Amino acid sequence: MTAHLAGFDADEHGWFGGAESGFGGRFMPEALVAALDELTVAWHEAMADPSFTADFERILREYAGVPSPLYHAERLSERVGARVLLKREDLNHTGAHKIRNVLGQALLTKRMGKTRVIAETGAGQHGVASATAAAYFGLDCTVYMGSVDTKRQALNVARMNLLGAKVVAVDSGSATLKDAINEALRDWVASVDHTAYLFGTAAGPHPFPSLVREFCRGIGDEARAQCLEQYGVLPDAIAACVGGGSNAIGLFTAFLDDADVDVYGFEAGGDGFDTGRHAATIYAGDRGVLHGARTFVLQDEDGQTIESHSISAGLDYPGVGPQHAHLADVGRATYLPVTDAEAMDAMALLSRTEGIIPAVESAHALAGALRLAEERPGQTILVNLSGRGDKDMGTALEYFRLGEAEAGGDEHSQLGAPDETEGRA
Amino acid sequence: MSSSIAFAKAKTEGRAALVGYLPAGFPDVAGGIEAMRTLVDAGCDVIEIGLPYSDPVMDGPTIQAAAQQALDRGVRTKDVLRTVEAVAATGTPTLVMTYWNPVEKYGVERFARDLASAGGAGLITPDITPDADPSWSRAADEHDLDKVYLVAPSSTDERIAMTTAACRGFVYATAVMGVTGTRTSTSDLAGPLVARTKAAIAQQGIDLPVGVGLGVSNGAQAAEIAAKDGIGADGVIVGSAFVRTLLDHPDEPGEGLRALARLTEDLARGVRRA
Repeated sequence: MTAHLAGFDADEHGWFGGAESGFGGRFMPEALVAALDELTVAWHEAMADPSFTADFERILREYAGVPSPLYHAERLSERVGARVLLKREDLNHTGAHKIRNVLGQALLTKRMGKTRVIAETGAGQHGVASATAAAYFGLDCTVYMGSVDTKRQALNVARMNLLGAKVVAVDSGSATLKDAINEALRDWVASVDHTAYLFGTAAGPHPFPSLVREFCRGIGDEARAQCLEQYGVLPDAIAACVGGGSNAIGLFTAFLDDADVDVYGFEAGGDGFDTGRHAATIYAGDRGVLHGARTFVLQDEDGQTIESHSISAGLDYPGVGPQHAHLADVGRATYLPVTDAEAMDAMALLSRTEGIIPAVESAHALAGALRLAEERPGQTILVNLSGRGDKDMGTALEYFRLGEAEAGGDEHSQLGAPDETEGRA
Repeated sequence: MSSSIAFAKAKTEGRAALVGYLPAGFPDVAGGIEAMRTLVDAGCDVIEIGLPYSDPVMDGPTIQAAAQQALDRGVRTKDVLRTVEAVAATGTPTLVMTYWNPVEKYGVERFARDLASAGGAGLITPDITPDADPSWSRAADEHDLDKVYLVAPSSTDERIAMTTAACRGFVYATAVMGVTGTRTSTSDLAGPLVARTKAAIAQQGIDLPVGVGLGVSNGAQAAEIAAKDGIGADGVIVGSAFVRTLLDHPDEPGEGLRALARLTEDLARGVRRA
């Protein structure tokens, strides 16, 4: 299943780059080890069972709208001087790549005979996806969400409720994604006999980083084939945003052995890396253990986790998936920060040039790709547009002061002048 | 001084040991030390000092609240070691219970060395298992420190055997599936877990006491866990109930310490009643 990944994949204990100096592993309470072992075995058996993989592919196709198209953003490309291709994960059911992961994990949950799922969520996209998968498969669902996030993503809370999930607002710690994960783990340790934890990103203890990657890797497998079929070449560079890193590892995996394809992950630079108010975990480069894996962690000199900052709830996480840490460590992928302002500019630009409103998370990838375009005129850059921006309209409204624009045109709005490039031929 | 010495002493007295937990720096560093000395004076045989951590996934609301208070007031790892030194000076074996990242950040070898020179007995590590990372085991062996790992009702017999073989001091049996916090009744999972753990220890021919934790809040529960014809624990571990007592007296530290002493005495009678 992952033989071709040998150079970049984990060993059987979940270590990327070996236990002594690498990343990953399983730093977990003994009480959860049996469940993680059970999950590992069930997952390996399922992936080796053609009926499971066929079911997964069928559900993705019939229910989730996968494969998503690969789209040449022509007006944007013309403007930036490079060929920009967008992998349209925003068109998936529930509006993001996350549906791939949850349908895979929920299908596995059914196979394992468990009746309840729990999940953590930051922006709410994974929570909505989990609630959706739970409804689809008839599973009970509880979603943990930091109370800071339930406020800034109220629409997604409403979606989860409508889908029949229970949403628990978490007030402990910094009341964001990391605390939602803590609370979900506390639930799981008490409910593990009948409950599956649908982990939302390619992080956490073994087997989650590998398991989530395998359920998301269709993004890159499809994009690579689509790029070859539609344009006859592989991209020169690929780009994705990185919070925990599920959409990024989902895109990257198919390209890791293509030595000529440069791989870029863009982390949330928040107010700017130098301000200290960011979520650029890999760029900061401090090793530690968080949520069950050795990885890069935002932490103080005593190893206490530092609160991350980003305009994007989905990237606002002080850890990162261990395989990304490994890819950075061995130099196969480059990770750079993108500020809130750059991301919001990219969001506006894509909206105005292509009629696509991206999620703020995905706008980080796009902003990074626009930077790459400047350095790579004429080259092909493939960007994972991991989610749509509907959920972020509150953020956009506030950031661009959109409500005020009505009264006196652009003078009150933070948006620039309307796009000046030529219309589409 | 290894915690096994206190377990052995309790055994010669025909009773279980009482193990008391409080986080360092709660309500502040000096107050924390005073509270732990109160536990010692009132009858605890072993002290566990919690290292407050930002992401305590195994702790319920009570211990979370105390640890958060300590962190908000700026407690540092060096304050925890200072607390160890002050408590160990009473002659009572003193362990640190800590999530792994603060140790890794401090430096595993350096932590072991500084813990040993502060007089600490060793570490209880709730989020690493013996097979998760070999670095602690190496450092603990180097400095002759206790390695207390946890077993749980969900542990397989193979994992229990692997864990008891790796422990020094005692093995910590978490008697319920869930986070820390007091419970009104003791778990029916405790008996089978202690029996399986003792079977593994007997098969290995080693001398390793079994401490049982999670949920105990009074002498009657302590007696039930320690009862030789019942669950048969070698030690009863109490944490959240002590923390709760201090949380309940935020503005009257003197009364808080007196209540702490009364609770400790009740528990100490409990382990002697068995």
